[in-house]
Amino acid sequence: MITNLGIEENKEWKCLSCDALLKLDKVRIDYMNGSFTVELPCCPECGMVLVPEEIALGKMLEVEKLLEDK
Amino acid sequence: MDQKTLRQVEKHCIQEEAPACRSACPLHVDARTFVLQVGKGRWNDAWKTLNKTLPFPGILGRICDHPCEDSCLRSTLGGGIRMGELERTCVNQPKPRIRVIPMPKKSERMAVVGEGLSSLVAALELLRKGYDVTLFSSQDKLGGSLWEVPDTTLPKDILEQELGILGTLGLKVENKKMGQGLLVPLLEEFSAVYLGLDSPNGARMAQGGKPSDKTFALGNDGVFGGGACDDHGRLSPVNQAFQGRAAALSMERFTQKVGLVEGRQDEGPYPTRLFTNIEDIEPLPEVLPGNGEKGYTIDEARAEAQRCIQCQCLECLKVCPYLDYFKGYPKRYAREIYNNAAIVMGNHAANLMVNTCSLCGLCQEICPENFPMADLCLDARRDLVERKKMPPSAHEFALQDMAFSNSESFMLARHAPDKETSRFAFFPGCQLSGSNPEHVIQTYSFLRNNWAEDTGLMLQCCAAPAHWSGNEAKTREAISLLEENWQKMGEPRMILACSSCLDMFRRYLPNIDVISLWQVMDQCELPVDAAKPVGTTMAIHDPCTSRHEPQLQDAARSLAVKLGICIEELEFSREKTECCGFGGLMENANPTLAEKQLERRTAESDLDYLAYCAMCRESLKGAGKRTAHLLDFIFPQGSVGPDPAARVKTGLSDSRENRARLKRDLLDQVWNQAAEAGTESMLHISPEVQAKLDQRRILHSDIRETIAHAEETGRKMESRESGHFLASHRPFMVTFWVEYSLAENGYHIYNSYCHRMQIMGGNA
Repeated sequence: MITNLGIEENKEWKCLSCDALLKLDKVRIDYMNGSFTVELPCCPECGMVLVPEEIALGKMLEVEKLLEDK
Repeated sequence: MDQKTLRQVEKHCIQEEAPACRSACPLHVDARTFVLQVGKGRWNDAWKTLNKTLPFPGILGRICDHPCEDSCLRSTLGGGIRMGELERTCVNQPKPRIRVIPMPKKSERMAVVGEGLSSLVAALELLRKGYDVTLFSSQDKLGGSLWEVPDTTLPKDILEQELGILGTLGLKVENKKMGQGLLVPLLEEFSAVYLGLDSPNGARMAQGGKPSDKTFALGNDGVFGGGACDDHGRLSPVNQAFQGRAAALSMERFTQKVGLVEGRQDEGPYPTRLFTNIEDIEPLPEVLPGNGEKGYTIDEARAEAQRCIQCQCLECLKVCPYLDYFKGYPKRYAREIYNNAAIVMGNHAANLMVNTCSLCGLCQEICPENFPMADLCLDARRDLVERKKMPPSAHEFALQDMAFSNSESFMLARHAPDKETSRFAFFPGCQLSGSNPEHVIQTYSFLRNNWAEDTGLMLQCCAAPAHWSGNEAKTREAISLLEENWQKMGEPRMILACSSCLDMFRRYLPNIDVISLWQVMDQCELPVDAAKPVGTTMAIHDPCTSRHEPQLQDAARSLAVKLGICIEELEFSREKTECCGFGGLMENANPTLAEKQLERRTAESDLDYLAYCAMCRESLKGAGKRTAHLLDFIFPQGSVGPDPAARVKTGLSDSRENRARLKRDLLDQVWNQAAEAGTESMLHISPEVQAKLDQRRILHSDIRETIAHAEETGRKMESRESGHFLASHRPFMVTFWVEYSLAENGYHIYNSYCHRMQIMGGNA
């Protein structure tokens, strides 16, 4: 299942080593016994993923708490 | 926890016990609910409440002799609630439609002898249970002495109407004069016989026999009886009704061939275990009916009902924001915890509740029945850890902090310089060392000069975080390490600065002789250069782990007095002291609740607080309360400053760095072993960012590691706007993100955050 986190295309950050702008792509994220596919900004060359602060402290934290109580 | 243990634990919470009015009522009318409904003018609901337990509510509601009134807790505060008048007012209101679901018919036949109230209630109960009931009366109508009640109290049409239900339910009536000789034939024809002693027929057949107290049996052959006058020759309507009902239950049990006595201890009036605190209840005078015999008006009845105290216990909730927060009370929590442990698949909804308790024990101190909430939560945590269901985020930070304290960075066990043995060993603990390392050095020097030259030093963790988190393996491991170092030191008497350490030694190492630092200091001359804030009044805050350590509490007070401080006691002090929100790792598992706990504690006095636990000082200070530590006055030199209560809270990173520095400084200053100065890069962090880091529990070491990782691998992002770098690193179950730029001798840190989910890779 792909969960849309509602992230907009990120124009601020670029991957330094590839000198490439990040583009939204599907990323698998895991925690405890849960696995999700979400769209996150990634480097199109090396695949480095950005987790923006509001996602880490918002939606992601919520899901972490849910999984911890499973 | 098994079912049996749950029951035992539950028993300690009396919140669900009946209020005094209900337990005094032979029929257990839910007077508390009824009066509440009357007070709100909800007459239909009030009617229905009476109807649930009161047979013939239209009759009993008018003539009940209300023993509840004497047991009402309002009795001494203006007079017991006038339940009798309230019932009368209620049944004078139009009766709402109440649906009755008839029981399936049974084949057994029951005989009821007599037409008095007890017989009518027995017959009603048996009919409702589905039995075929025949009533034998020598009179021309049912009701007996009920017809003698004045019309103003019980109008004849109401009496007739109320008794009509017996016919509706199929009661057969035989008009016949009965005598003793007819008992045997009755028993041959019927499964059981009730003799109403409040009727001529019944009394004749009983021939003076007295029914047993609980079962109302007259002998063993299926004859039951009730409704007799009391010892003073008076008929009590509510007792007549109760005895008829109780006998009907016995008749059913007799017919079904089951035990007559079992499980009936709470039938009839009994003393309730419910505790209700009436200390702060203002007396209110009874409302008297303005119209005399006509009874209350609607408004008078509501006013009278509103005097009801609505008895309940909840003593613990009044003192504990945590117990209050989860919207229940200990008995319900025990059940939730039990259910939480039984879940195999699905949401463990009680995890947060289990992990939030500070384990401080105040509720148990307050509870009239000593409900062991802390034990319950701690056991539940152990069970979660054991079954690998403990949420990792709940206690991970605290356990890592404990591991740090028990690593080479902090741990130390040394005899005093130039000594080969130690009669004593000073054990400052992690929190004092993290909060004010200078005080540890000063105290250690004070002890060697003023208490005993051969006082050694032990730096490490007492295992409290592992104990609080329910992690028994980690607790055992840390306790063993402690015991091992103590043995290596030659088994000295331990001088403990922290009452949580003291609690841990008492629990897990009872063979080790311990004494509190405050008791030791109280026996010494205080340093000549101690600050003497003579005339300063402060409110003393006892740590929750000192709850049952009165000597320690006395010593702290004695020291304060010697320093010239006037002590004011908080409302909750000594054995009733409150936790600072750190105990039981509350602040780790539920920071929001820890804040609430602190809000309550800090609001108790406008005075500056005086703490003698470093963690309490940090927590109280973090909540904005001016708080000083006892050592701030004993050793005012150094970084304390002229206003100790203003010293800021120590951040989490500072606490760790302080501990590491303490070990280096001690080795250097006390044992002349200067360590090589570290070459750590400088982190430039604004106070705002630092506050964010502490709140997110991100340490400088996490930041350094993340940057080092990024700089080594080159894997980082760059902002096109600010030129800042952003890098992430996952050293354990947490991914850290750091936004930084290079500075001359280190890094500027602009932001950092973390998450526990792991990025498995792009293009999934």
